[in-house]
Amino acid sequence: MEPKLPTRMGDGSLVQMTRSELRADLEDATALAAKRAKCDPLEQDELDHLLDIYASPARFTSVDIGEEVVLSNDGTGTKYIGSVGADLQIYEQIVGVDMVELWQIDYSYKAVKPNISHEQQWMKIAQMLLTNPVQYGAMSDLGRYSQPDGPIPNWSELLPLGRIDEARQAQVAAKELLVEDMVFVSDHMVEAGADGIDFDTTGAAGDCDFLASLTACRKLREKHPWLGIEIGMAGEFVLGMHGQVEFDGERLAGMWPKDQVRMVQQAGASIYGPAININTGKSTAWNVARAITFIKPAMAVAEIPVHVNVGMGVGGVPTCNYPPVDATSRASKAFVEILKVDGY
Amino acid sequence: MGMEATHSHAAGMGGLRTAGDLVARMQMTKRMRIKEAKAYVADKLGCSTLDLSDPIAMETIRVEKGLGTLPNTSSVHPTEAGMIEAKFNIAKTLDIPINAVERFKERVGLSGSIVEAGA
Repeated sequence: MEPKLPTRMGDGSLVQMTRSELRADLEDATALAAKRAKCDPLEQDELDHLLDIYASPARFTSVDIGEEVVLSNDGTGTKYIGSVGADLQIYEQIVGVDMVELWQIDYSYKAVKPNISHEQQWMKIAQMLLTNPVQYGAMSDLGRYSQPDGPIPNWSELLPLGRIDEARQAQVAAKELLVEDMVFVSDHMVEAGADGIDFDTTGAAGDCDFLASLTACRKLREKHPWLGIEIGMAGEFVLGMHGQVEFDGERLAGMWPKDQVRMVQQAGASIYGPAININTGKSTAWNVARAITFIKPAMAVAEIPVHVNVGMGVGGVPTCNYPPVDATSRASKAFVEILKVDGY
Repeated sequence: MGMEATHSHAAGMGGLRTAGDLVARMQMTKRMRIKEAKAYVADKLGCSTLDLSDPIAMETIRVEKGLGTLPNTSSVHPTEAGMIEAKFNIAKTLDIPINAVERFKERVGLSGSIVEAGA
């Protein structure tokens, strides 16, 4: 009888599966992802490599010495641990990440704007306290501009009423406000000494949300040729909430990582962060195979560093508050060794 | 923090303990992919790419070149470069603009701003 091995589900729960069951999960996931994104499934040697990683009973795993990559951690500078400055220093000096990110708890450019002078002050202090590069991060978060939270008619209310043109106009109007806020906050952070800017969870509100980040990125790149600009995605697929907006003549709705990275690098970003969401009802092996299948075509065309999002609920890391080290380290190893990613 | 520490151990370069921050700066400033960034930094430091994630090799190199070391360890001598001082040396060694260094120079009246000169 084939022995059972401990492994994880997408919600983090510990289960027992045989090597054959893990192999079947990997094959199922890559076939489904390839069909969905209209790309090639993983090669047999890649599936074999993934199976070796996921069929190991080891508590921890890692890349080989010399194959390490850059960690651009988002969410490293809040006052969870003493103070904003202490939090950043802990990530630099104890966790050992390669760049840190200052952010505020209401992680949105719109929310940061009224508090900009305080955030600038922390950026200036952080630059004096740390040697690591310090970037500033927040979400684009287009939905904040719709009523009742913002001034623009709510497209999520207009769309079910069939008022398509009005819904589209509202999203474009919101996008203009969002770009203004993203550039405003970024310029102020540059003034305070920031090494980089992170547009995190881009596209969460759909194609106009993605367009806002691309537009803001291009504006910033024109002004600051040296500035680090990271664009991290909200999901594997750009939702067509508008459906028709374009960047450089290309329709954004429906873009998978391969096309997302092209747009991101055309906009002038330094780093692209694909995000592939977790299916909690499937094994982590299944989820990693699916994520790698979606991202692999992007790696073939990427001219800039690709930092895969590998946090709770994305990139093969289970959706739970305390991701187990066995599952997290397996995801860490898998993306580096199969995709040759540039960082996390 | 557990998840970040796990990634750091499983696949991270090591940040300031090694040359992770330096390689990160090349990705941010020059949009270099990992192999190119590591080769560039190794060339500037006069070491191998394998040394870049080795804390033993990098401690010596960082002290010699004034690139900063972990300020919370008792082995760091007060006369060694740290934080903003180290960033001056990193900018010079890697031949890249560092924004905080340029702002510092601007605000204390040092000349030679290169920040907007392009990357």
